[in-house]
Amino acid sequence: MEVLLYTLLGFMVIGCIIAVEIKDLLSAVVSVGIVGICLSVIFLFLGAPDIAIVQVVVETLCLIILLRATVQRDDTTIYKYIESFAVATILIFFGVFMVLAYRAFEDLPPFGHPLMTVSQEYLKEGLTMTRAVNFVTSVLLDFRAYDTLGEATVLFVSILGALAVLRRRGRR
Amino acid sequence: MIPYLFATVMLLIGLYAIVARRNLIKIVIGVAITEYAINLFLILLGYRTKGVPPILGKGMDLKEFASSSVDPLPQALTVTSIVIGLGVMALLVALVLRLYEKYGTLDESEMKRLKG
Amino acid sequence: MKGMSLIVRTIARVVTTFIFLYSAYIVVYGHITPGGGFPGGVILALGVMLLMLAFGREVPLRKLPEGRASVLDCLGALGFWAIALLGLTAGYFFLNFLGKGEPFRLVSAGTMPLCNISISVKVGVSLFAVLAALSIYRRFYPPGGEPPEDMSGG
Repeated sequence: MEVLLYTLLGFMVIGCIIAVEIKDLLSAVVSVGIVGICLSVIFLFLGAPDIAIVQVVVETLCLIILLRATVQRDDTTIYKYIESFAVATILIFFGVFMVLAYRAFEDLPPFGHPLMTVSQEYLKEGLTMTRAVNFVTSVLLDFRAYDTLGEATVLFVSILGALAVLRRRGRR
Repeated sequence: MIPYLFATVMLLIGLYAIVARRNLIKIVIGVAITEYAINLFLILLGYRTKGVPPILGKGMDLKEFASSSVDPLPQALTVTSIVIGLGVMALLVALVLRLYEKYGTLDESEMKRLKG
Repeated sequence: MKGMSLIVRTIARVVTTFIFLYSAYIVVYGHITPGGGFPGGVILALGVMLLMLAFGREVPLRKLPEGRASVLDCLGALGFWAIALLGLTAGYFFLNFLGKGEPFRLVSAGTMPLCNISISVKVGVSLFAVLAALSIYRRFYPPGGEPPEDMSGG
């Protein structure tokens, strides 16, 4: 289990590096697809079948949208990279970030022992209060329905923005 | 703690793509990788060793289930986060298509040169 | 010719039925098995996407023009709001006011299946609208730009 998890995580990191570094844009998009599918398998192993379904489906649609932006451009490769001094600065910053993140993770509960303060109540009371067997749905649509409402609004606004940007003429 | 560090490395790779790449498609890919890293981190936080999924099967004891299930709260928030990521991706791709139509290139620095 | 070959069309016609059926299953049983409104809606949009790829982009748009799609989108969002506001009549916002029923039954858990259905309509139709806009967009290139070639894809 642990070995499989680490293998998949390492595979995802390698896929991310390839997606960022490769020169051909089409290959980069395909690498992102590999990372997403790996993520879906990891969710399945981490006990989250709901998220796995959402991730695998959204990944497919996301790949279609990205391919739509990539294919049939006149030139899909990139030639110029930014200069090495800037890259060195970025890498130093990332090193500092990693050290600080490591310090922060030491205060978190260790992996495999979550801090379930509110969720324990959800798991205990959820069946009698909502009668839904899927606890993710009962959290999503009953205990924390405000979040879902806000999320639906955000999705609505972003789709509206995409449609407005893609419209042929501006409306006076 | 090691899985958390993997998620952090993915987050940093995504940020690197956003900051250091000049191609707009690469920037969109960086945003996607950052989203993946954050979703992964949230789910990793809620994992319990040898935990069962938070879905009650027929004939399961509720008390035993409550003490062995993984955390349902980050999962519920991650579902919405993934779908929002899809909407943001559609918006970004629409903007990229518009910019390509206006400038005829996907390179950021070229766009600055052509401005005005 | 718009769309793809005869084999692809026939298979797409058969497979799309099952995709829509699977989407309906994921949505309706969202409170019992893994799934729910969000993945169901995205699967719905993907099924329409398959139709769009196989038959050319006009066929789904003829069935569901963009104006009607945005009306359906708003209806999904308003349905979710309406369920939330109806809870106000029995107590407070988002109160699960319907009868709860027995666990493991299809009709149980009060307002949750209704919420799932309205969310799936909202997500599916809005994603369909974006995909349609993205695929149509290529046709309107400026006079100096590239000529709009034939792209049977989306």
